[in-house]
Amino acid sequence: MLEVKNLSMRFGGLLAVDQVSVDVKEREIVSIIGPNGAGKTTVFNCLSGFYKPSGGQILFEGKEIQGKPDYKISRMGMVRTFQHVRLFGNMTVVENLLVAQHRHVNTNLIAGLLKTPDYRRREKQSLERARYWLDRVGLLDVANREAGNLAYGQQRRLEIARCMVTEPKLLMLDEPAAGLNPAETKELDYLIVSLKEDYNVSVLLIEHDMSLVMGISDRINVISQGRPLASGTPEEVRQNDHVIKAYLGEA
Amino acid sequence: MAAENIKHAFFCAVITLIIAYPILGLNLIPSGAVVSLEGADGSTIAAIIAAAVVVFLFQLFRDSLMARLGFLSRVNPLSGREPMPQHKRARLESWLLTGIIVLALFWPFFVSRGSVDLATLVLIYIMLALGLNVVVGLAGLLDLGYVAFYAVGAYTFALLSQYTGISFWMSLPIGACLAALFGLVLGFPVLRLRGDYLAIVTLGFGEIIRILLNNWTHLTGGPNGIGGIPEPTLFGMEFGRRIKEEGNTSFHETLGIAYASEHKVIFLYLIALVLAVITGLIIRRFMRMPVGRAWEALREDEIAARSLGLSRTAVKLSAFTIGAFFAGFAGTVFASKQGFISPESFVFLESAIVLAIVVLGGMGSQIGVILAAIAVTILPELAREFSDYRMLVFGAAMVLMMVWRPQGLLPMRRIHIELGKQG
Repeated sequence: MLEVKNLSMRFGGLLAVDQVSVDVKEREIVSIIGPNGAGKTTVFNCLSGFYKPSGGQILFEGKEIQGKPDYKISRMGMVRTFQHVRLFGNMTVVENLLVAQHRHVNTNLIAGLLKTPDYRRREKQSLERARYWLDRVGLLDVANREAGNLAYGQQRRLEIARCMVTEPKLLMLDEPAAGLNPAETKELDYLIVSLKEDYNVSVLLIEHDMSLVMGISDRINVISQGRPLASGTPEEVRQNDHVIKAYLGEA
Repeated sequence: MAAENIKHAFFCAVITLIIAYPILGLNLIPSGAVVSLEGADGSTIAAIIAAAVVVFLFQLFRDSLMARLGFLSRVNPLSGREPMPQHKRARLESWLLTGIIVLALFWPFFVSRGSVDLATLVLIYIMLALGLNVVVGLAGLLDLGYVAFYAVGAYTFALLSQYTGISFWMSLPIGACLAALFGLVLGFPVLRLRGDYLAIVTLGFGEIIRILLNNWTHLTGGPNGIGGIPEPTLFGMEFGRRIKEEGNTSFHETLGIAYASEHKVIFLYLIALVLAVITGLIIRRFMRMPVGRAWEALREDEIAARSLGLSRTAVKLSAFTIGAFFAGFAGTVFASKQGFISPESFVFLESAIVLAIVVLGGMGSQIGVILAAIAVTILPELAREFSDYRMLVFGAAMVLMMVWRPQGLLPMRRIHIELGKQG
């Protein structure tokens, strides 16, 4: 589904990402791990179109997407979350989900002014979809609260719900467990697996929480200082000498 | 009271003297061909010194004075009250607006011609401010050249009526659409810009339009402007004493009433009122539609909005275009009201005033903007008694406003879409 071949990203003299390859198949959870500053988020930014990669190829469902504008990539079905939660803080929780569904609503200005039946029907549908996902992530009680006032864990879940209402094929999560307590991390673990099981989305995950990564990943890519270090199943990666060195230092 | 307070107070008093004396104390007296400078008389000097002393004393005891003012909020029984629930507020707002509109419909029949004329101007400013509110308040794009679209609307009507003899009603949509087209064209190059940079580019665009109108003499008449712009007609009825155009009838003859010059003024006022109401209603709907949500989302977090598939281009352009459209509306009404337009009417000051209205009213808030438009247009008129100092009074009012209510008269409290109980 997603094939990244020899991706490179250069900022001036700094080669932040060097020849990284990632592969995500249908209904797979793939993780990217690595020490801080390894270039994981840069990879994400290249994939989601915020950066134009300096080299390499990104294929999404067989189509080249490197260098495409971010909103087009998102419309193709590759939606991401952010390391630092980016919600529309002054809007209510349900409005956050409505904004994300602009592709499903009738954006024709005249139709909206006249409240045509089609417009009403689609507005109603998007509200129902929002309700469904709020229920799914357990935020239905706070639906009419301002998103900025939610607890951190709730904001994280809202961000995932906001991605899911766009009906993505590939969900990219940038450190979704950062700042969550162990119980919340556990819930997140279930949520991500159920997204894969129930909605057939593939997940590309950046995460530091090893219990989460090892528990749910089908495959793991390790990068260090911008270069690929190892890749394989959690078991293989755990036993890889290079990985142990990178994480624990040389003995 | 620390020593630095005395120092500060003394400094303020000196500044008062330095500023006030040349402005108030010196007079230019023309005597024949030469102009002589004359010092102030004793009473003015005494007044200036008294003012400096007042400033000194106020600054000296500022802290304790301001602390005393704190009790004012306790006197106000409404302070510290729970905000009204949303549905109640929405209902109150619409009742209030309906009341104001009904009042405004009947009001011109009971007041002087001058007041109606001024009220028409207020309504034009309301239209402009509501339009700019979309760009600045909702989409968060600082536009300092808004007057350009106003000029496009006005000149479209003036030129079309001069060259093709088109009527006001035909020209209204054409002017608005042409202004919207200009908004679209301007929007493209400035999409990537934000904040200060956007402000500078739009400022430049406003000036370009004005200078173009000034210099394209054989089309626009340059600084001489265009005169003889026709007034709007009511189903082919003209409001002048004599009929100007073949085939039209005159209003007073058709209805069999005596001619009165007020008819025309009131008619223009009512047109402006209806258009302002339409503007307000349309924008009010936009705010709750997907496009309104997209404006707000892009204003709050552009990166997040883009990551969800919102196209920055489409969202920003729609705000620019819709804002410009209503400026074109206002421009057409303005041209018709004045009967004469020249580039003089579309200087930067106009943009600044409209922006001031939006900021004073509270960004994004419609009722606030309407109140501010009334205040900003009428205040200088009320302050006419202060003659030369009226702009000073106006400025002081603005400064005080920004000190006490930096968020504007009635800051925006958006009507949120609510998710009802299961249904």
